[in-house]
Amino acid sequence: MLRVFLACLIALTVLLTTQPLVAKEALPEAADPALEVRMVGITSELRCLVCQNQTIADSHADLAVDLRREVRELLKQGKSDREIIDYMTARYGDFVLYRPPFKATTALLWLGPALMLVLGSIVLLVVLRRRSRMAADAFEPDEDDDDSGHA
Amino acid sequence: MKRLTFRLAFLLPLAAFTALVVVLAVGLNRDPRQVPSPLIGKPAPAFALTRLDDPDKTLSRDDLRGKVWMLNVWASWCVACREEHPVLVEFAKKGLVPIYGLNYKDQREEGRAWLARFGNPYTSSLFDGEGRVGIDFGVYGVPETFIIDKTGTIRMKHIGPLTPEVIATEIEPMIKKLDA
Repeated sequence: MLRVFLACLIALTVLLTTQPLVAKEALPEAADPALEVRMVGITSELRCLVCQNQTIADSHADLAVDLRREVRELLKQGKSDREIIDYMTARYGDFVLYRPPFKATTALLWLGPALMLVLGSIVLLVVLRRRSRMAADAFEPDEDDDDSGHA
Repeated sequence: MKRLTFRLAFLLPLAAFTALVVVLAVGLNRDPRQVPSPLIGKPAPAFALTRLDDPDKTLSRDDLRGKVWMLNVWASWCVACREEHPVLVEFAKKGLVPIYGLNYKDQREEGRAWLARFGNPYTSSLFDGEGRVGIDFGVYGVPETFIIDKTGTIRMKHIGPLTPEVIATEIEPMIKKLDA
């Protein structure tokens, strides 16, 4: 019995290892891995317009698939990264860029946070300075708070 | 003087808060899907596509130069297009402007069957199976509608289904202006 089993096992092993494998792994879409790396690099900077919180590199939306194909073709034509980004913004506007350029319409977007920080710091400074100049009796004594806490 | 600064101390934060609320309210009420097209005021991208009804006949951008025309991007798989379609059929009856369809990423047979079933408002439909011309027009959400003037310049873009309201308040005034 054991012999039969072993024979079967050997036969199966031989069969499996000598036959060419029928099922192959899915081929990557680009035959050129270097090109694929560049494509992913560029499309990671671009927003997909269909699912707006994903990059074109990440998204499975039809449009993103098409745009990846388009970027591949442009790269094959020898276009530079800059030219491809320009190609996209000419069609979809600055909105496709996760890092929009600095210009008049985006100035508030870029400078807004810094502006808020500066304004906040000024207000804080003014308030603190004014308080430091106040007489001590302008503040309520700490004990009062404790008393009210017990009441 | 002291009174004034005292009042300001209360009013300034209130004013700042109100301004913030206004800015956020405007921002939140905007539709993020309505991305302004950079193509408005620019020449329509060049194209030469076969007609949906006849693969042997092509139509190019330059064939349409010299007249005001409308480009409506549609597909048989597009649900919102079905919603829009009766509005477009009604609008076509007025004969104000030739409507050209861009049958976007569709199958020829399915596109034709769709028009046969729901009516054909188009002077002609262009077949863009790969969606390349769609990309050149910056299409990202079908249906989309463009108005192109006599010089071949894109003057207007509408994203999403046309409604009788949009036609009356945006499309018709624009066409009258361009035809004048």
